[in-house]
Amino acid sequence: MKSSFDILMVGIGGQGTILASNIIGQACLLENRRVKGAETHGMAQRGGSVESHIRIDGKFGPLIAPGQADILLSFDLLEALRYSHYLKAGGTMVLNRHLVLPTSVYMQKIEAPTEEGIIAALGRFRLCILDADRIAQEAGSPLSQNVVMLGAASRMIPLKPESLLSAVKNLVPKKTIEINARAFEMGRESGSSC
Amino acid sequence: MERQYLLGNEAIAHACLEAPVDFVSGYPGTPSSEVIDVLRSRQERAYYIEWSTNEKVALENALAAAWCGLRALCTMKHVGLNVAADPLMTSAYTGVTGGLVIMSADDPFAHSSQNEQDSRCYARFARVPCLDPATIQEAHDMVRDAFALSEEFSLPVIFRPTTRICHSKGDVALGPIVASQRKGEFKKDPRQYVVIPAHTRILHKKLNEKQPAIKKRLVELGYNTYSVRGKTAVIASGIAVTYVQELIPEGISFMKIGAYPIDESWLSGFVRQHDTVLVIEELAPEIEEQVLQVAGIVNVLGKKNGYVPYEGELSLSAVAAIMVKAGSIPAIPYPAVSPVQDLPLRPPILCAGCLHRAAFYAIKRVFKDAVYPSDIGCYTLGLQLGVVDTTICMGASITVSSGIAHSGEPRDIICTIGDSTFLHTGIQGLMNAVYNGADITVVILDNRITAMTGHQPNPNTGVTACGIASHPVSLDAVCRACGVTFVETVDPYDITGMMNVLKEAQSRKGVKVVIAKQQCVIMAKRGGVKRGRYMVDAEICTGCGTCVRYGCPAIEMAGEKARITDLCSGCAVCAQLCPTGAIVREGKK
Repeated sequence: MKSSFDILMVGIGGQGTILASNIIGQACLLENRRVKGAETHGMAQRGGSVESHIRIDGKFGPLIAPGQADILLSFDLLEALRYSHYLKAGGTMVLNRHLVLPTSVYMQKIEAPTEEGIIAALGRFRLCILDADRIAQEAGSPLSQNVVMLGAASRMIPLKPESLLSAVKNLVPKKTIEINARAFEMGRESGSSC
Repeated sequence: MERQYLLGNEAIAHACLEAPVDFVSGYPGTPSSEVIDVLRSRQERAYYIEWSTNEKVALENALAAAWCGLRALCTMKHVGLNVAADPLMTSAYTGVTGGLVIMSADDPFAHSSQNEQDSRCYARFARVPCLDPATIQEAHDMVRDAFALSEEFSLPVIFRPTTRICHSKGDVALGPIVASQRKGEFKKDPRQYVVIPAHTRILHKKLNEKQPAIKKRLVELGYNTYSVRGKTAVIASGIAVTYVQELIPEGISFMKIGAYPIDESWLSGFVRQHDTVLVIEELAPEIEEQVLQVAGIVNVLGKKNGYVPYEGELSLSAVAAIMVKAGSIPAIPYPAVSPVQDLPLRPPILCAGCLHRAAFYAIKRVFKDAVYPSDIGCYTLGLQLGVVDTTICMGASITVSSGIAHSGEPRDIICTIGDSTFLHTGIQGLMNAVYNGADITVVILDNRITAMTGHQPNPNTGVTACGIASHPVSLDAVCRACGVTFVETVDPYDITGMMNVLKEAQSRKGVKVVIAKQQCVIMAKRGGVKRGRYMVDAEICTGCGTCVRYGCPAIEMAGEKARITDLCSGCAVCAQLCPTGAIVREGKK
């Protein structure tokens, strides 16, 4: 019944999920494919938990059903765990080894999850863990970590890497094209070991 | 025909350019705001555009433009339609000459709203057509048709996308942008535009007489369609249409409703061919009630017998479960899975360096045992800091405060309201509180912008929607003109200074206004303000936790000591709070 390739991208408001989803959308247009998506907006989502659904070749609605995502791309470890039920059995999780503890942990003295604990809890999935912050720094800007993540996931997304790369170049701010192109390639390189 | 990957609201804005629209007004409200944001950011524009002070103001402006023969768009969210309900009801009587499209975006699941009301009910109440898109492409096409429909029947048309349309994305086929050739001119016709009882009785009759033709036309337009495939049927509207289409098996009939009012005889013709009809729609049972009226002995399943929830947003899995329960599909195509339980929540939070957090801190320190009514805006998130006791609707913080004060509540009452909200409907409450002798303190959280919905300018910002510099309103002078004698403007980053002014306010009787003024931290960053960053001197830090309890997302604990992350915007409030002086500006140790 499901004809689309479904990607769920999750993270913390301000990490660049919207730009990353726009890049995939643009790449679909370049290949003349249908695409649908839905994302979190408003209510000062900055700092909040955010999700972006993308359905490549999607004919119907923009939302992915739980248990159906082909890839889950997460910018933060805790958010990966929060949305892990969306990933289908046998799906791949592309994961940034990075954990921002919510302010609620300090304000309400909740027990904080650990990196190791989260990774162990995600053990049932195929994990592709990378240090996107460090790679983005090396590429030239910590702001390019969303493109690094996309580069790593590009090996599993059914789009040509050339389409994704030209979409990156079309959509990032002009003066950061070189940095982001490098971020994409470095991300793709690091995704090869997954 | 060009295809673009667009946000629903961007596609809607583009359709306005294709219409083409001549006049645009609205008040920001998630999920509607991006429509005007897209239209106002266009370099070349032949249309008039404004952010109005509230939805009633916006609609009355747009209505006048439509009376002048222009095509006018007025945008708001569902709760904004309450504010604009007064002109809406009468605009259906007066009608329009140009096209008037009222976009009222609904928010099932209240993603960023105070309730889940359904704008379709207002359309039925006012007896105006309502278009309810199922996809982004349809949202785009409907806007184009809505202007024509409005002109055809000389009636305002409500266009009601939901959050899942406004904020979803898709590849959209766009038409060409057309340049408007219209010039507005008001043709006097008191019998049409002056609603004295003698005129209005006739206008009401005319409005009712238009209904049958509207119903027929909406079927012709193709937004209400069906296919008969068996003895069981599913009827859906809005985004639920796509969920049903993805799930529906062969042999089950399907009807899609995208436009209201629904033609009863057409509906009846479909319903009565079936044994069972399942109606799946978000929020109010608008379609279901109509189906029940024509159903006769046909078994109707929906909200009224518990198959479909009245509240919340539908989803693929929710619709699948409904269809299974109703016997419309053999098995759940998507296995049920549950999220991981008991993870620490990550709700939206006031930004690092937000002035509201500082203001709330000072309020809580001075007004320790007080009642804290608040209002609609980013600062509603002050709930997490324990300084928001009530939130009802735009402008209600001051009125609720005076109501509580007049009820004999012995504690201090101090309310918070943003600048945009104060201008929206706060002023009337302030006038009332002063005139009727309430004893309250009002803190206007003045960040000079409507931040929550994406930084739209308001009359306090000093620029218009088009970016033209304009004369900002003086909040201080407005408050004084309302009769407030104690009006003080403070910088909330100066905690001690603000606390001193609050103490002064606390010691006085009557209505006191404190304007906590500081630029929104995101706007400051965009404007190139660089305050430098702060850091914790780990040798001095005792790990007491005072700074992390302040709730700034830039401060965390690293083991036993506090640490400031690169989210820091340099507001320096935490440095003022640290009891040991361990927080210092980077590089100034």
